[in-house]
Amino acid sequence: MTDWIRKSAAELVDALTAGEVTSLELTRASLDRIGAVDGPDGLHAFLHVDTEGALAQAAASDERRAAGRTLSDLDGVPIAVKDVLATAGLPTTCGSKILQGWVPPYDATVVRKLKEAGLPILGKTNMDEFAMGSSTEHSAYGPTRNPWALDRIPGGSGGGSAAAVASFQAPLALGTDTGGSIRQPGAVTGTVGVKPTYGGVSRYGLVALANSLDQVGPVTRTVLDSALLHDLIGGHDPRDSTSIPEPFGSFAEAARTGAEADLSGLKVGVIRELRGEGWQPGVLARFDEAVEAMVGAGAEVVEVSCPHFVHAMAAYYLILPAEASSNLAKFDAMRYGLRVLPDGIEAPSAEEVMRATRDAGFGDEVKRRIILGTYALSSGYYDAYYGQAQKVRTLISRDFAAAFEQVDVLVSPTAPTTAFKLGEKLDDPLAMYLNDLATIPSNLSGTPSISVPSGLADEDGLPAGLQILAPALADDRCYRVGAAVEALLVKRWGGPLLDRAPDLTASMGVQS
Amino acid sequence: MPEITREEVAHLAMLARIDLSDAELDHLAPQLSVILESVASISAVASADVPPTSHALPLSNVFRADVVVPGLTPEQALSGAPESEQQRFAVPRILGEEQ
Repeated sequence: MTDWIRKSAAELVDALTAGEVTSLELTRASLDRIGAVDGPDGLHAFLHVDTEGALAQAAASDERRAAGRTLSDLDGVPIAVKDVLATAGLPTTCGSKILQGWVPPYDATVVRKLKEAGLPILGKTNMDEFAMGSSTEHSAYGPTRNPWALDRIPGGSGGGSAAAVASFQAPLALGTDTGGSIRQPGAVTGTVGVKPTYGGVSRYGLVALANSLDQVGPVTRTVLDSALLHDLIGGHDPRDSTSIPEPFGSFAEAARTGAEADLSGLKVGVIRELRGEGWQPGVLARFDEAVEAMVGAGAEVVEVSCPHFVHAMAAYYLILPAEASSNLAKFDAMRYGLRVLPDGIEAPSAEEVMRATRDAGFGDEVKRRIILGTYALSSGYYDAYYGQAQKVRTLISRDFAAAFEQVDVLVSPTAPTTAFKLGEKLDDPLAMYLNDLATIPSNLSGTPSISVPSGLADEDGLPAGLQILAPALADDRCYRVGAAVEALLVKRWGGPLLDRAPDLTASMGVQS
Repeated sequence: MPEITREEVAHLAMLARIDLSDAELDHLAPQLSVILESVASISAVASADVPPTSHALPLSNVFRADVVVPGLTPEQALSGAPESEQQRFAVPRILGEEQ
């Protein structure tokens, strides 16, 4: 019997087209897998599973296919959606108590596109509250576990989407990336994640964390699957004023070309500043091997300096809290979400209710960042902090521009370490923030980047990621080079990296 | 770079409309100081002639066609409200009695 849950989305498209399997069978297989390995005591990748809805969408897809009226290539392939994207009729909590039970009256544009393309939506995935975090431990509903080691973090903020895909609960997922929330979970779970060019994918219906940095992107097990999903969700949206009007070419085509693994003529820059002290030796060793493989495939590799990248984290942790404190002001207990009345006050005012609600509804990290952002934007500090951070943002974009005059793509390890233990950095914000050292620059500059698995670190046998960074609008380079590296490494490993992940049904003691 | 005091955090929490307990203030103030210390280096990085960036890929004069598109119905708009009355959001009192 075919183990459908382990197939890539591209393989599922072929099987559906050939009539070897139905969408109902695929969707049931995903839901069975979710039933076996997820739930609050399992991996906890999902906050909400829509069994009934997904099966109904799958049945409708099979009917369309039988009538020869499929809506897209991916019609019938099930998908998981990060809980920060509005889904009409399905709860959307952003991992926060303040939105517990909220059911949006509208769909995010990317969700509408999934529905219009016929993809059954399996459910909503766990995340750090309002996407603030790198471990998914800041979810108000409890952490997600890493399928490679259940006592370790799956990365964040999109740990739920990455874990769902890595543990074969879903072939595809949507994530969002503000400072690495798609790519860092991809790296530590051995999966693929893409942050598109800012404006390449609509943000309408994405509950904003930092609106000048947020992007929706694909979370998958292969580069081609990410490309197929990106082709589907991308494109201009009049409902997002930052949406890029010009059309992009086919990313699936770029990935298919890349899979031929011929990199002759490609100039690759290794970012000097993104290694050294604090970087795990096993992560660097796998990175160096991946770069060697690129050289072997004909790429020319040079070292490139991006001198201002060392200041990216400081700029980010001023810009992000500033935007977040302003964005989250809408949670005022008046129009939606939680309303908590303060203790011991008769007939409390709207302001008192708002203060009590935000205390009860927001978690520690959200409070930290709102206070920090309020501070950075307050008069007297604005120029010293926020104003300076915006200037550093300019310098980082200039570093990228100078680098891309010399090379076609830049590369770095995606994250400095492999997955750390749950609880290890939970109350040490700075240690947590350092996870995003390598991923933050692309968000500040709006440029696209991808993380692909680079192998397992020698110290702990856990996955590491290679990040490929391209100029704005050149997302196709991420797919072409990413697919080439994937093809080279999978050949070396003798199969996909995820084949080496532990058998979850055995380690959890459940029946497969 | 000034250290952020417990009193300052309490003031910021008031501005941000979050009631923080004494325990939370004790916990948050030193953490915020550490974070601020780590971002303080930023003040010396850029010279005065560097322009600020608010959006990496700015677009200006973004318009859409002036056509009516369906919006939310009143029922939909009120569907998530903690309390509603006569097709309106019902909110706690805005003004004090003396006002």
